[in-house]
Amino acid sequence: MAKTLTLALMDPPYETETTTTAFRILDAALRKGHKVNVFAYEGAVNLTMAGQSPHPNPVKGTSAEEEEHPNTKDWVSSLLKNHGDRLEWINCGLCVDERGAADTVEGPKRGSPKEFAEWVKASDNTVVIPAK
Amino acid sequence: MAKYLVVETRDPFDSNDVDDVYDLATGLADDSNDVTVFLVQNGVLPVRKKSAAAKRVAQLAKKVTVLTDDFSLRERGIEVDEVVDGVRASDIDTLVDLIAEDGRKVIWH
Repeated sequence: MAKTLTLALMDPPYETETTTTAFRILDAALRKGHKVNVFAYEGAVNLTMAGQSPHPNPVKGTSAEEEEHPNTKDWVSSLLKNHGDRLEWINCGLCVDERGAADTVEGPKRGSPKEFAEWVKASDNTVVIPAK
Repeated sequence: MAKYLVVETRDPFDSNDVDDVYDLATGLADDSNDVTVFLVQNGVLPVRKKSAAAKRVAQLAKKVTVLTDDFSLRERGIEVDEVVDGVRASDIDTLVDLIAEDGRKVIWH
């Protein structure tokens, strides 16, 4: 049976493997038909920054295209494109302002811990994934 | 009886907290709660029979259900037959099923 799950993310992109695990959980939950809310807090608001761009690998002599290394904004965009009817993403507004991360890909909204608290109350379960 | 899911992402040799998390899981089970520990990321490193921490994980698995993320095992070159007795290979879909289970509380470390 489809459930409503809320995830709180805090790690910034490219910092820990936890970001990969969180995206794997998101992908699996959405594939299973669950509704998923993501509250991005602290450094996690940088996951959706539109200005991210892939880079070449000078050590291997490969171009950015050959590397095919998606940035985290691409993962978020892809999940929203494929499951936008069941995925909501809110970035903590104060965290966004502190980090100058307001220019996001299409989809994420600005919010506050108030929205997170409302999601927690309305969800079947909540997973808080803290930064290390 | 309450249901708990403890997600351990760290290696005991990286963080001394891991031993406390194992103790927490064991204590919850001793209090007649349903406890599953899901090892992911570097949390899978101690499940190797050759790890000095394997005995500790085996003790934990006698008290609670211990699952390991297959993706994390593959990333680290750990074969399923290297895994200490009592620990089962699992996957991210199972982790999501546990998270979505009615009444199961999730503790992430």
